[in-house]
Parts: sequence; structure tokens; C-alpha cells
Amino acid sequence: MVVRVQSEDFDTGRELDQLTDGHTKIGGLVSFTGLVRDLGGEQAIQAMTLEHYPGMTEKLLSEIETKALGRWPLSKSLIIHRYGKLFPGDKIVLVATASAHRLAAFEACEFLIDWLKTKAPFWKLEEGSDGAAWVEARKSDDYAAARWIGPENQSK
Amino acid sequence: MKLLYFAWIRQKTGIGEEQVSLPANVSDVGGLIDWLRVRDATFSAALEDVSALRVAVNQEFATFDTKIMDRDEVALFPPMTGG
Repeated sequence: MVVRVQSEDFDTGRELDQLTDGHTKIGGLVSFTGLVRDLGGEQAIQAMTLEHYPGMTEKLLSEIETKALGRWPLSKSLIIHRYGKLFPGDKIVLVATASAHRLAAFEACEFLIDWLKTKAPFWKLEEGSDGAAWVEARKSDDYAAARWIGPENQSK
Repeated sequence: MKLLYFAWIRQKTGIGEEQVSLPANVSDVGGLIDWLRVRDATFSAALEDVSALRVAVNQEFATFDTKIMDRDEVALFPPMTGG
């Protein structure tokens, strides 16, 4: 399991190749890449600045990854999350999961992105033609994360 | 105590980080927030809507009831919007 928080861009293809390289028990690799959109609500977006809580971010992402590893038989997992000033089309986040079979990889990847959206200490500031505004947390993201709360998590 | 503020809380208060001596009568997160609001009109405005506040103590999510001590690191921030 690997967690990286960085301002630099990453090469998705190379990251995914490195993740599975030499691990021939892996039968399925799933990845999600989050990108900066050029529209936030009604406003055209010129730039997005991601702020985070250094230290806690890495800790939280590792905890989320540990949860996934406890729940699905993953051979490999990777989370890369960028911070700083980004522009439409730029990559924000990469989540990748690899397992012997595809179902575990699909589910774990969805779980990781859903959870990190509501739990990892990142905040987005969008700059558009009407000025800069902090992105508000969305209820739909809370619901997406909540669907992964099963009996095994409720007891904790 | 080390206090950290993020996103619009940092922007509204104009402070990202500060060191304070925790008053003897403050023992939990709720008490700290009340004290900050009384201390400074800017904080009073920035921390007005407590439903929009999230808290971490020593980099663990906390509630207003969480006990705190002078050596702790406390962070105040709005709901997260990563991913």
C-alpha cells in the first residue's frame, strides 16, 4: 500500500505499471482518476487551489487504505492526492486497487475514493470569473461514503 | 497549545497557525472555541456557525466534548472537500 501527497503531477500509466510490475497473482487492476472540471456550479472555473493539513492528510489516507485492506483481498493499492494550484484538465487524485479478481478491486477502489472525499483533510478553492469561492461539502458525497458503512464498521 | 486553521477559517481570521496558552478554565474543544470567540471579534465571526466547523485534536477527528490539554495540537476547519 502506498500513499503520496504531492504538488507535482503524476504519470498515471507509469504509476499503474509500477504497481503491478512483477506481481503475477494480480488478475485485476482498477483505477480512478479525479480531474479539475472547468465548471463549478454555474461558474466557469479558471483555477482550483487545494489546501490540506500536512501530517493528518497522510495519516488519514493511510487509515482509509488500511480499512480497505481489511475488507477486500487486495494485492496492491495506491493513493496519490495533489495539493496546490491546479487548472482545468489537471489530475487531482489517483486511486488504484489490484486484486486476484476484479470484484474486490472495483469495490475497494470505489470505497477509497468515496471515503477520502469526506474524510481526508483537503479543501478546494475555486477561482472563476466571479471571484474565488471555497467548494462546499456535498450531501451526495456523504451518501456515497455512507453506503460503505456495513455491520463490521458500525460496531467500531 | 498549537492551533491550526484551514480553508475559509484561515482566510476569515487571517491566521493559519498560532501558539496559545490554554486558559485554566478551558478543558474541552467547545470551551476552546467559546474562548477564541470572546478573545477576538474576527474569530467570533469566523466561528459563528458551529455546524460548519470540524475539529481535529492531535490529527484525530474530535468533537466539542473532546478533552484537551496545553500540549495538544488542535485544528479547526470546514467540512472536507477532497478527491
